[in-house]
Parts: sequence; structure tokens; C-alpha cells
Amino acid sequence: MVPKKDVLLQIKDLRIEGYSEEKWVEIVHGVDLTLHKGEVLGLIGESGAGKSTIGLASMGFARDGCRISGGSIEFDGMELTTTPESDLRALRGSRIAYVAQSAAASFNPAHKIIDQHTEAPIQYRISKRVEAQEDAMQLYERLRLPNPSEIGFRYPHQVSGGQLQRAMTAMAMACRPDLIIFDEPTTALDVTTQIEVLAAIRDIVDQFNTAAIYITHDLAVVAQMADTIKVLLKGEEVEEAPTAQMLGSPKEDYTKSLWAVRSFKRPQKNRPTGADAVPIVSVQGIDAAYGKTKVLDDVSFDIYPGMTVAVVGESGSGKSTTARCITGLLPPTKGKILFNGQELPAKYTDRTKDQLRQAQMIYQMADTALNPKIRISEIIGRPAQFYSGLHGAALKNRVDELLDLIELDPAKFYNRYPPELSGGQKQRVGIARALAADPAFIICDEVTSALDQLVAEGILKLLDRLQQEFNLAYMFITHDLATVRSIADEVVVMQRGKVVEQGPKDEMFTPPHHPYTDLLLSSVPEMDPNWLSTLLEERGTDAIGEAADV
Amino acid sequence: MGDILRLVFKRLGLGVITLLVVSILIFFAVELLPGDIAEAVLGQGATPETVAALRTKLGLDQPAIFRYVQWLGGALTGDFGVSLVSGERVSSAISGRFINTLFLATYAAVIAVPISIILGVIVALLRNTLFDRVANVVTLTSISSPEFFLGYILILYLAVKTNYFPAIASLSADMTFGELLHRTFLPALTLVLVVTAHMMRMTRAAIINLLASPYIEMARLKGVPPWKVIVKHALPNAWAPIINVVALNLAYLITGVVLVEVVFVYPGIGQLLVDAVAKRDFPIVQACCLIFAATFILLNLAADVGAILTNPRLRHPK
Repeated sequence: MVPKKDVLLQIKDLRIEGYSEEKWVEIVHGVDLTLHKGEVLGLIGESGAGKSTIGLASMGFARDGCRISGGSIEFDGMELTTTPESDLRALRGSRIAYVAQSAAASFNPAHKIIDQHTEAPIQYRISKRVEAQEDAMQLYERLRLPNPSEIGFRYPHQVSGGQLQRAMTAMAMACRPDLIIFDEPTTALDVTTQIEVLAAIRDIVDQFNTAAIYITHDLAVVAQMADTIKVLLKGEEVEEAPTAQMLGSPKEDYTKSLWAVRSFKRPQKNRPTGADAVPIVSVQGIDAAYGKTKVLDDVSFDIYPGMTVAVVGESGSGKSTTARCITGLLPPTKGKILFNGQELPAKYTDRTKDQLRQAQMIYQMADTALNPKIRISEIIGRPAQFYSGLHGAALKNRVDELLDLIELDPAKFYNRYPPELSGGQKQRVGIARALAADPAFIICDEVTSALDQLVAEGILKLLDRLQQEFNLAYMFITHDLATVRSIADEVVVMQRGKVVEQGPKDEMFTPPHHPYTDLLLSSVPEMDPNWLSTLLEERGTDAIGEAADV
Repeated sequence: MGDILRLVFKRLGLGVITLLVVSILIFFAVELLPGDIAEAVLGQGATPETVAALRTKLGLDQPAIFRYVQWLGGALTGDFGVSLVSGERVSSAISGRFINTLFLATYAAVIAVPISIILGVIVALLRNTLFDRVANVVTLTSISSPEFFLGYILILYLAVKTNYFPAIASLSADMTFGELLHRTFLPALTLVLVVTAHMMRMTRAAIINLLASPYIEMARLKGVPPWKVIVKHALPNAWAPIINVVALNLAYLITGVVLVEVVFVYPGIGQLLVDAVAKRDFPIVQACCLIFAATFILLNLAADVGAILTNPRLRHPK
């Protein structure tokens, strides 16, 4: 047991309120937390569990519209809830640092990376500009960033996402803080890049014996990083235990349900055989470009009716661009797309209404894909009216029927607006909107990646049921291999605009793999706390460095 | 850098095309005026002979397209024809007046632009405080009052009652620069009051709009003091909308000053235009309109270019 004098952060009965609908509502209900020097605590839970809010509160910070309403936060003997703002500010960046979820959004686009890095050390008069810059370069090198002496002098948009996330970790280290709050630092990254960032974070936290609060919703990730794990649900603690114990024998039902998620798996369907089997969508040798940059190179695959084809790859591999070509938003420069054996016009404006109706799309961010000022009934009703010419009572019946299909009660949801719905409900409305056109083929673009695991599972089950009911074909774009495992029939692996491997799912998940598929598969974190160390040893650090920087 | 130059040249090309379209509109709008121009100019003295003679002299017997090309050709070399009333060359009638207008606009802009941006930054920093509300109310009041009214109020308090400044801003050739500034202070102040609110509010809105960005939260979590969060982290990303509003207001300072010029009897281009319209002196009307249009287009162009130059993504391509 760590002796009591080493306690760095002690939170007792922390209560935080958020302002909504003109009153203060408690969102964190009395959470306790103890962190020792050099210790890493994992905070996990679904969205709305209060993870980030608690993380920020340990810096004495509450977002606009939130306030710390009770309890105590003691950092190294200092009571943060009663400390004046100017003293708290002196703590931030110097003794407690923060690493945000999206480094791309959290670096100021107007300043060079190194200038943002040196801002805190210069302000706190820890070092002069030149020394601070030299220190930054050393940190960049430690975090295995390419060209450490030069990369800081670039602007954030000139650097890739994984590199930015490492640069942000370096920035948090600038004043050698005692505590770093990592707020979902790898959630926005590809699995292959994630490994590099995880390894870098773990190394540097070890080297400087920094304490950390590591916030994530990904259990396998937290298993690699944390000494202790605390599970949160709706602003309350569910349980806390050392990592190995938490993974091996969780006590509470909620924790067990989190652990058991992704049990959903349906049997693989095989392609229809016989001469009359025609793919519903056949992509044949398409090239595409944004301006002069070629982004797709000779992409070909077939999707048969009633089947799910998962298209996987890292960001920038051309998954969504392929979808844009199929929908006619981006006419390919070469090749053709057949629908039920007939060639589709390249541009959607040249397609017939029936061709447009047959292929629908569901988007990643249901938040931005639904117009917040339009009622659910109209969002779903519009395509039904446009494609089937329904009016009046017939239209209302159709909308009710669609709401029933997505398991939302028509009486409750018919007249509501998207902002009143939860993330999972919004995504269901997105599905109903696609179904309203009565399509034969739906493109699902990362439809579950913005959702919590339990909610995502519900969406996958719904999609599966609808597929059986209407014999729908899905093109399922994802970077999440667990999702692929649970619902795909066939898999297409893309890398840098090319298809590197494709085939039935069971084959794809059984070795031997194409080297890139192998890299993708082995990069998915596993619940074993030693997974990362073992993997790094197997690959050798240089190999990952290269993989992550491509 | 090549990309930026290409963008800038593209904008310039678009500006030229817009100006051409506007020139067509101006020319044919004058054509569309009811009645015959020669008759209107001659007024009471219009006999069929004199009308015919004037029409030939003005070239009105030629087809409109032909006259437009001639006019445009002249305008390109700075020759806008001859005033119908005084017989003076339009270019010389306008140039002195236009310089006066430019002087007044510059005078007002040099005061108004820095004040509004600094005030905008301050109210963004002190948002929702008493200072913010007072600044808002005062500037809104000044923007909502008609400028001739503001002008007369200023004359009443700063000229008539206290005698600090002259009420009439007439100019003479032998004035020193200091005298000039003193003499034209009241019209300039009127213009400042009219344009400040708009620019200040846009600066405030553009900055506050960014305060919810993750990089602003990051700056706060690094312990950056509030004023530095606004000036160093928000303002550099807020330039594009601010520059646009500044450009619009600068254009207004040149093209919208007629009332102020009338109130202070200031010899600017606005008064000239009003006189010319009343007298049907259409070469002057056309030339003034073209200058106004060019001013608008040029300033908007400058705003576009400014927005491009302040965007780090465009300034430092990958």
C-alpha cells in the first residue's frame, strides 16, 4: 500500500451542477477519488457519466454552464474549491496539465505548435524561450515524433492527427507537472496510430513519475494505461479496484455488462451462387480525385442483396470517398458503378428518382445529420413523400410505421425535435429516414462510432433485424474491427485508396492475412493489461513508429 | 505562396467582371430615365431645333451600345466626358471633390477602426458586465440616430454652445493640415459615431463565437490569463469577419456620406452627385456611380484578400 503522505489529489463528495432549462441540475453526485504521486487512475463510463467533468474539476475548472456545488478537492494540500481563480490559474499548465480528446481542435490554428508549447513555461518564468524550445524538441524526440527539431515550427494543420496528439502530450509535459488529465486522448485516432500514442504516453508518464487521470470509454485501452480503474455511471461511482482485479472479477452488474458488450454476433451469410445472382451494387475499377489529388485507385467490389459488406481501413484510406462515388456526389474519373447490373450515371443529378431512391445513406454524426429545427415526423416524412408521393393520412401512417420499425413510440416521438433525443434515438431516426425511401441498399458510414458501446450494440441489432425483414444490402464503413466481426458477411480492406484484401469475413479473420490487414487486426486493443507491452516487444518500437507515421 | 497569389488574382478578375457589369447597369439605368435627356437638360428653352442640335452634340442619335463602348473606353482613360451644365470636364469637376471625400473618410476611419476593434476586444473580455451593456447601448443609440440628427446635435454642443469647432466645414486652399483637421472634425466625428457600433459589435461577436472552441478551453487550462486568451488565442482566428465588416463600413464612409456633407456644407463627392441628379447632369452622375461602385468592389476585394491572408491554412499550405 502506498503511504498516506504520498497522496497528491484527494477528492471527497464532489458535486457538480449543470445549468439546463433555466435551472441548476446536479450531474455529479458525490464522487470520491484518491490519487497518489506517480499513480495512473483510469476513469471509465459511458457518455454522460461525468468523466470529463470530474477530470476538469480536479484542475479546479468547471466548463461554462457548470459549477462545482459541493465537496472538496485537495491537490497537494491546497483546497481548490476555495482557492481564488488567479491562484488556480497559476496551478494550471504548471502543476496540473490537460490533454484533450481532439488535438486537432485543441491546438490553436493561428500559432505554431512550438509557440503554444512554450507559452506556459515562458509565462511561469520556468525558462526562457530558447531553452523552452530546446526542451520541447527533446520531448518531441522522446515521444518519437519525426524531425523533432523541425516539427514544432509547423502549424497544427500541417501535422497529422496522431502526431498532434503526441505533440499535445509533450505540451502537457512542458512544465513537468505533477498531474496530467488525459481526456480520451486516443478516441479520435485510428487503431494503428492509437498504439503509438498509448506507448508514448505510458513511457513519458513512467519516465517523469507523473500522476495521471486517464479518461476513456474504451476498457481495453484503460487496461493498458491505468494502475487503478474507477467505473462511473451517471455521475456516480459504480466501483473502483486495481486494474487486474477489475478486469478479472468485476463486482457490480453494470461493470459486468460493460465487460460483456460486443457479445452480439450473427452468423455469416454467403454469396448467392448460380447464374441469375446479380450484385445489387458492383463497383468496377473506379478512380477518384479531389482536385489533382488522387484518392481512389482502381477500387472494385460487389455487394449482393441482403448482405453486409464492411469496408475497413484507417482514415484517409478512401472508405467514405468510395461511398461518395456510389451515391454520385463525387463522379469517379475512371471505372463504373453498376446497380442491379445496370450502369449508373456518374453524377447524382443525372440519375432517375428511382435510382436515387434505391440507395440511401446513414451518417456517422446523427447530431449534425438531422436538422435540429425540424420535427421527427417531417424528417422521416419528407423522403416518404418525395419518393412515394404519400400525403395526408397515408403519410402519417407511413411515418408511424417507420417509427415502429425503429422501436420508437410514434405517440411520443412524432412531434419532437432532434435536440430532445438521445444519441442512440437520433441515430434511429437517421435509420428511419433512410428506410422511408424504401431502398434496397444502404450505406452506413461509421454509424456506431459516435455512440456508447451498449447503445451501439442496440443499433447493430436493429440494422440486422431490418436487413432480414427487407432483404437490405449494407455497405458498412467502419474502422472498428469489433463491429465488423459482429455483423459483416464480407470484408473489404482499404489502404491509401486501394483495396488491399477482400473476401468472406471468416476468411479475413483467419490467418494468413495481408500484412496491412494483419497490422489492423493486431492493433485492436485487448483486455489483457499486458497486451500493449507484449505487442510492442513483438513489433519492436521502430516498426510501430513507421506504421503510425505513414 | 503560389496558391495565395492565384486566389488573389482570381478575386481581382472577379472584381473587374463585377465592375464591368455595374458599368453596364449604370449606363443603361440612365438611359431608362423617363423623357428625353436633351429635352430635360434644355428645359423651358427646348425647341425641336435646339433639341436636335443637342442630341447630335451629345451623340444621342447614335445607338446606345455604341455610346456605351465609347463611354467605357473614355472612362478607362479617365475621361468621363463633359458636364452638361457647366461644360467643365467631368474628371476635373470630380477629382477635387473625390479627394475631399477620401480625406474625410480616411480621417473618420483612422479614428473609428482602432477604437471599434479595441472596444470590441474589451467588451468581449468584460462580456455581460455593466461596461459591456453600457458600451452596447451607447453605440447602438449612435447607430440608430439618423446621421443628420447626430450632426446637428454635435453642432449644437460643440460648435454653437461651446465654440470648440467650426459648424461649417468649408475648405480653402491655404489651410494648414492642422487647421484642416480642426475644421473637418465634426463631420468626421459624426461618421465615427455612425460606423463604430457596427464594427465593435462584430468584433465582440466574432471573438465570443470562438470562446467555446476547444483550443480556447485548452488555453485556459494552460493557465493563460483571460485578456491573453482573447487577444492572443481568439482574435487571430476572428479576423475574417471583422475585416469584412470594416471594409463594408469604409465603403460606407465614402459612398454614404451625402447627408453629413450637406449638414456641414462639406465639398465632397456626395453633394456633387445630389446636385448632378437634380440638374440631370448625367455624365457626372454616371462617373460618380462608377466611382462608388469601384470603391465598394475594391474594398470588398481587399476584405477577401485580407481574410485569405489571415487564414493560417491558406498562408501555410501543407
